[in-house]
Amino acid sequence: MALPQAKQTATEERLAVLRMPDAGCTRKAREAALERLRQMGLPGRRDEYWKYTRPDTLISADALPAALFVNDESPMFDEFDRLKIVFIDGVFSPEESDELSLEGVSIDRLEDICCKDIHWAKELYGVLEANGQNPVPRPLAALNTAFASDGVAIHVTGKPSKPISLIYRHASETSDAILHHVIRVESGAEVTILENGPAASRFNKCMEIDIADGGTLHHVRAQGRDHQRRAATHMFTRMGHESVYKSFTLTVNGVLTRNEQVVELTGDDAVAHVAGACVGDGEFHHDDTVFVTHDAVNCESRQVFKKVLRNGATGVFQGKILVKEGAQKTDGYQISQSLLLDGDSQFLAKPELEIYADDVACSHGSTSGAIDETAMFYLRSRGIPTREATDMLTLAFLAEAVQEIEDEALADVIVARLQDWLARRR
Amino acid sequence: MLEIKNLHVKLEEEDKQILKGVDLTVEAGKVHAIMGPNGSGKSTLSYVLSGRDGYEVTEGTASLDGADLLEMEPEERAAAGVFLAFQYPVEIPGVGNMIFLRTAVNAQRKARGQDELSATDFLKEVRAKAKALKIDAEMLKRPVNVGFSGGEKKRNEILQMAMLEPKMCILDETDSGLDVDAMKLVAEGVNALRDEQRGFLVITHYQRLLDHIKPDVVHIMAEGRIVKSGGPELALEVEHNGYADILAEVN
Ligand SMILES: Nc1ncnc2c1ncn2[C@@H]1O[C@H](COP(=O)(O)OP(=O)(O)OP(=O)(O)O)[C@@H](O)[C@H]1O
Ligand SMILES: [Mg+2]
Repeated sequence: MALPQAKQTATEERLAVLRMPDAGCTRKAREAALERLRQMGLPGRRDEYWKYTRPDTLISADALPAALFVNDESPMFDEFDRLKIVFIDGVFSPEESDELSLEGVSIDRLEDICCKDIHWAKELYGVLEANGQNPVPRPLAALNTAFASDGVAIHVTGKPSKPISLIYRHASETSDAILHHVIRVESGAEVTILENGPAASRFNKCMEIDIADGGTLHHVRAQGRDHQRRAATHMFTRMGHESVYKSFTLTVNGVLTRNEQVVELTGDDAVAHVAGACVGDGEFHHDDTVFVTHDAVNCESRQVFKKVLRNGATGVFQGKILVKEGAQKTDGYQISQSLLLDGDSQFLAKPELEIYADDVACSHGSTSGAIDETAMFYLRSRGIPTREATDMLTLAFLAEAVQEIEDEALADVIVARLQDWLARRR
Repeated sequence: MLEIKNLHVKLEEEDKQILKGVDLTVEAGKVHAIMGPNGSGKSTLSYVLSGRDGYEVTEGTASLDGADLLEMEPEERAAAGVFLAFQYPVEIPGVGNMIFLRTAVNAQRKARGQDELSATDFLKEVRAKAKALKIDAEMLKRPVNVGFSGGEKKRNEILQMAMLEPKMCILDETDSGLDVDAMKLVAEGVNALRDEQRGFLVITHYQRLLDHIKPDVVHIMAEGRIVKSGGPELALEVEHNGYADILAEVN
């Protein structure tokens, strides 16, 4: 089917400024992705899946410049012993990174996977992304697979003693970065992946995660604070029997963020939790788009998304639980809530359930509201001033999402960052 | 200490007058009880004194030690020494009871120009006071009032009062929902705070609480006014005969 003219033009304009890296072994996957992309075209305003978020600045040929946000905060996750992998404006920095060796895991830069005759990542690159294009197209992810200029392949075979920390620094005001990571967690292996930083003025990131039977992956991400940065991220996760995937994202500022999570529970008894807390003030648009597919028996999934918005900020949630035929005993839960701190802000939510099995328990809820006046008065009547009381209730509101982080020390760091934001008001 | 004069209050949103000229003075060191039929305006009075939104004072004054309460924000009133034990304590999911108590204690200390209580001192004090009210440590860790039974919520109010050591304690039906033993505990908690500097306004429907907390003065409120005041014997009269006689006599 031919694309509408406007879509085709926009797509070709974007493609005209992109160059496919000569990454020999991923070439085929990249070309296939480009083909997919040409067929679906880049997202446009009329696309149902982009009803609440304008894709213009994410698909334009050039990225809009974004000033660097200078602050005196200590770098995120600094207090943790971790293996650091640093990208500056989307380019891997060997100098800033730790040596990529750690027991229980092997890490290669994406361009190096072709140097080895046999490399697991060659079989995964672009595969989960391609799978995730159905039933809803995700053109920015296809674009990513085709043109990603850097990234890492992380193979988890044991239980590494510390988290692997992907750090994205933003250095140039006009940077436009496309990163693609592939992760495979082997049977019985367990890892924590941290991500933080604004990455670039415009950031397109794709992560493909394959968790084998009994594997566990914890993911905690803090997206950079630069007010003007834009980001479109995708995480495609395929889960085996009794595997566990727990992902949490903190977003504090940033003019535009679209985070897509595509999770497929393909093995019985798997557990997937995806959660997010975002706080935005003023020019802030944050979109969580989640698609969880239950394709096995007795799996559990949770989606917990909380947004605090003020001064005209916008929050979007599009979340779906799809329970396929035969996925009996599915336990699916989804909640999306916004706390609007003033009348200018808005929350747009589209929660969806699609169920083809009869023995399932799925629930979803979405709410949008202001600070609870009764609770507010209760706190103030005990002598707690309005501002402090508002902060307490705001943190309380976000707590359900933050609680999805299993590691308490990590959760504490996230809470501390939220407190900083509240203290600063931005 | 607490001086209420000719207080008229209507709902902000509706044309409904609730308090129609309340006169009441509570002296330091005294316990005053207010009784009165449902809907007579007792809770409204307690809310207006503590600064809840939604009410409009159309006439009259309320002051604590000469300071105009009605001009103050709720947190300023708290810092000035007003405390309301709520008829319906509020559940606040996500806010831990301990954090809440500590924030409140320190906010008030700060407002009064005192140093914050150290974490250890606070902990020691809270544990001792909770123990006296038979509130177990596990309950302190839970979010404020969430999952507390009716009686536990009321005891938690008294714990807050004990921690904040207010000058003017207003108790709105703290006895309702309490079993006999809990009622005694709560009364002991209140009695422990009784001293020359502190005033109490105890709203109740039952004589039982007043057996334990002996009031100096009992007031009867009806239709937004204090219609009769007297000694402890007035409460007994209500207990035996209800309000009909008193109201008839007033009218
Ligand atoms: N926010 C409000 N909106 C509407 N009506 C109200 C509101 N607040 C109070 N009222 C009304 O004002 C009157 C007094 O209420 P209040 O709660 O003060 O009574 P009370 O004496 O405490 O009664 P009770 O003994 O049942 O606790 C009642 O008729 C009540 O319905
Ligand atoms: Mg009442």
